[in-house]
Amino acid sequence: MLEKEKVDEIKRERERWEKTTLPNWIRQCPECKSEFRNHSGMLIKRVYTPEDVKDLDYIRDLGFPGEYPFTRGLHATMYRGRLWTMRMFAGYGTAEDTNKRFKYLLSEGETGLSTAFDYPTIMGYDSDHPMARGEVGVCGVAISSLQDMEVLFNGIPLDKVTTSMTINGPASILLSMYIAVGDKQGVSREKLGGTTQNDNLKEFFAQKLCIFPPKPSVKLTTDVIEYCARHLPKWNPVSISGYHIREAGATALQELAFTLYDGIAYVESTLERGLKVDDFAHRLSFFFASHNDFFEEIAKFRAARRLWAKIMKERFHAKNPRSMWMRMHVQTSGCTLTAQQPLNNIVRTTIQALAAVLGGTQSLHTNSFDEALCLPTEEAVRVALRTQQIIAYESGVTNTVDPLGGSYYVEALTKEMEEKAMEYIQKIDDMGGAVAAIEKGFFQKEIAESAYRYQREIDEKKRILVGVNEFTIEGEECPIELLRIDPKVEKEQVARLQKLKRERDNRKVKEILEKLHYAAEKEENLMPTIIEAVKAYATLGEITDVLRKVYGEYKELIVI
Amino acid sequence: MQSKRKIRVLIAKPGLDSHDRGAKVVARALRDAGMEVIYTGLRQTPEQIVETALQEDVDVIGLSILSGAHKALFPRIMELLKEKGLTDVMVFAGGIIPDEDVPEMKKLGIKEIFGPGTPTEKIIEFVLENVPKRT
Amino acid sequence: MSKIEELAQGVLAGERRSIARAITIIENDAPEAKRLIAKIYPHTGKAHIIGLTGPGGSGKSTLIEKIVKAYRRRGKTVGVVAVDPTSPFTGGAFLGDRIRMQELSTDEGVFIRSMATRNYPGGIAKATRDAVKILDAAGKDIVIVETVGAGQSEVEIIKVAETIVVIHAPGLGDDIQAIKAGLMEIADIFVVNKADRENAEKAVIDIQAMLQLNTKEKKWKPPVLKTVALTGEGVPQLIEKLEEHRNFLKKEKAEEKSLLRAETELVEAIKEKAVNSIIEELKREGKFQEVLQKIMAKEIDPASAAEELLHSKFRRKNDAKT
Repeated sequence: MLEKEKVDEIKRERERWEKTTLPNWIRQCPECKSEFRNHSGMLIKRVYTPEDVKDLDYIRDLGFPGEYPFTRGLHATMYRGRLWTMRMFAGYGTAEDTNKRFKYLLSEGETGLSTAFDYPTIMGYDSDHPMARGEVGVCGVAISSLQDMEVLFNGIPLDKVTTSMTINGPASILLSMYIAVGDKQGVSREKLGGTTQNDNLKEFFAQKLCIFPPKPSVKLTTDVIEYCARHLPKWNPVSISGYHIREAGATALQELAFTLYDGIAYVESTLERGLKVDDFAHRLSFFFASHNDFFEEIAKFRAARRLWAKIMKERFHAKNPRSMWMRMHVQTSGCTLTAQQPLNNIVRTTIQALAAVLGGTQSLHTNSFDEALCLPTEEAVRVALRTQQIIAYESGVTNTVDPLGGSYYVEALTKEMEEKAMEYIQKIDDMGGAVAAIEKGFFQKEIAESAYRYQREIDEKKRILVGVNEFTIEGEECPIELLRIDPKVEKEQVARLQKLKRERDNRKVKEILEKLHYAAEKEENLMPTIIEAVKAYATLGEITDVLRKVYGEYKELIVI
Repeated sequence: MQSKRKIRVLIAKPGLDSHDRGAKVVARALRDAGMEVIYTGLRQTPEQIVETALQEDVDVIGLSILSGAHKALFPRIMELLKEKGLTDVMVFAGGIIPDEDVPEMKKLGIKEIFGPGTPTEKIIEFVLENVPKRT
Repeated sequence: MSKIEELAQGVLAGERRSIARAITIIENDAPEAKRLIAKIYPHTGKAHIIGLTGPGGSGKSTLIEKIVKAYRRRGKTVGVVAVDPTSPFTGGAFLGDRIRMQELSTDEGVFIRSMATRNYPGGIAKATRDAVKILDAAGKDIVIVETVGAGQSEVEIIKVAETIVVIHAPGLGDDIQAIKAGLMEIADIFVVNKADRENAEKAVIDIQAMLQLNTKEKKWKPPVLKTVALTGEGVPQLIEKLEEHRNFLKKEKAEEKSLLRAETELVEAIKEKAVNSIIEELKREGKFQEVLQKIMAKEIDPASAAEELLHSKFRRKNDAKT
């Protein structure tokens, strides 16, 4: 950004500083490591100067917020105009329990809903399935039919809130139920706003909630993208996720590269349906983690925006700037929370949330301090929400757009993230794409290696976890109250489900499931048929079983 | 080359919980400590876990669960182990199991519960010290 | 009844715990192992022993699952021994083959055992052969041995199995040329898996061509089959060929092959026993340690030392005779 002579002068001065001032300091106060690296493996320098950004071109590489390449932010005014959405992930027990928690969060100032489903629902099992035993309502809300969905959103006007649903394999089914609820409320489909996670690729190497093999899974994701492009203009059909990739043990760099690649794969699969890129790309959204290394995370978010914009423009020839937007939701990292001294987690979450804000996120979930132990209590989730509100209203960081833009360190790191991510993308291209790489176990191996390395660093105390391998409390007891799911939940849910199955028009259900089977074999877009099925009160499990018959079930490729 | 006895460990993921990062890290660490590790993969029923332990004649079972379903699944697993005569297998568990549930789990016969943040060395040492002796 | 007798009875009755315990005893080369084998050996020879070998990524485990399911539908009982490599550095092993077959773990007619090579070369474990005998004696109709995935030098399988299936998948980065001569020789059936991929047809043609080049006159012409293990396509035809080969072996009485197997086993057993007892004796007499010190002091090299020791031993033996 400076002329060559000025940069050379700085270089000379730095070299002089390294010869004269620095050695005394090193003698008095030696550096605690011979090399400082972040977990992505990047070497961190002692001090960054204009030399490190000498090739940075402000107009080309940063630009102004709201304009390509969007490094500084998607919107021209960012948080000065509108804060990020405070969207707290919630869900447990029955639909009534979660409905109550939704209303509580809305009343406390949350601006968007985010739904957690229980394991059986996520895996396409009804609450009365043998595999659901002991799991109903435990990690999220149990939804087995449209009836449950109606209870979940009872009293919540779908034209006034946006709802995110963390669901992947059965995403088309849950979205169909949401549409059906909206229809009943009299809200027109064009007004329905929200997101379905619906990112099936990452399941194979990160979240592992895969039901069907890779090819039909991509097909189901694409069905939803296509359907929304045509019928639900305000809905984000997919939240291309890096969060789970990171939680599975990947580095920030791997999170960035693999997520972007999944995005590339979905754009390609949707283009194959005959849509034009500008028809749907503006509704693709992303979901990242925010971890403890403050600057690494900020660089990652900025690099993500710039890199996606370039990919959409150069690889996919998007014309509409909105197609080049990387809209992201961020969640603070779950795996960095400790069970030991849980109140420390409030501090961790704050640092992580701040990184997400300085990284320019559109939407943010902050974890509660008790989440290493349990689902959050009302008190804990309130503190997490307040964390966002304090950052928003008290810290002043929202007064300007991209406050860290121009920092020698942050810009150098952003560039390095981008370049290294591109290398990964090239490598996966060479392998034949995302599905080929999954079948070869590429992602799985990379992640397993990073996870193992991380654990070794902790075991060897090369990485400090406060309260866990350092600054511990002997004989610590659990000082906080935990949220417990009443085992009654399962009984009630099962009873309700069985009542539904008795009282609905079973002939109609049978017919529609046959229709679905036929449509799946013909490789049609299944959304319209699934909407019909949920309206007839076919259950989630019944619909998924039809698809299981057609697509088969996935068996995992294990790489440790 | 004489084959000496090796410690055979089954690492199992009961129920629908899909978090396998910990199970895989522990599996690898145990392998690197010289043990033979059989990993079942995700979403195993108690019946599958116990049958596997029987066929593989393991010395130790490590159960990994983060979903909160341990209260339903662990008793069933321990019951089946007894039914099949596998009472000499040492069972330990890890994941997210609240402190207040630990005494109950231990009463079922689970030897130790390792919470989040347990160093892998500790788990390896524990297995080495507590692996049942065979005659 | 001694414990070993009890265990042997359990194995012969097909009792699962006994089978499992018996295999462990074999693996650990416990002193009872030989007695156990002695007791069950007369009851072996009924099962069809199938060896499956092929490189990692070829879909072996997935294919085996489909094969087992197909045999189960035909009412047969199956034993599977899945072998994985032991780390030469740590001595440990990660045994993950059964993941693909976990659905079968609760099928009473199927017994799956994972085994580590414990550094035995050639793709199987030293104990594999005897483990197969246990499953055979326990009444399993079919016993499948899945070797370690290297697929290139895994000819040890012929010591164990009667029907060898070599599996290959296109696009693994391995050329057909990489199927070393050894494997080409021992294969009774070739399978090109992932046959829905590009290059599958080419792989079949290439393998057939290589088979033509093999000029040895064989009574059994190894067929080249196509499968898609994920969907089960091609598996019925594979089962047919396996049965065909079994019948062929029965008809030809395949004595040559089984004679070779038996001979190999006998010679190995003699070698092991003979060598071990000689060394034990030398150690007891103190000669072994003596010579070892000389080697350390560079007074003599190991080969010459061995000659000396054996010469003195056998000469003394001969002297004793006369």
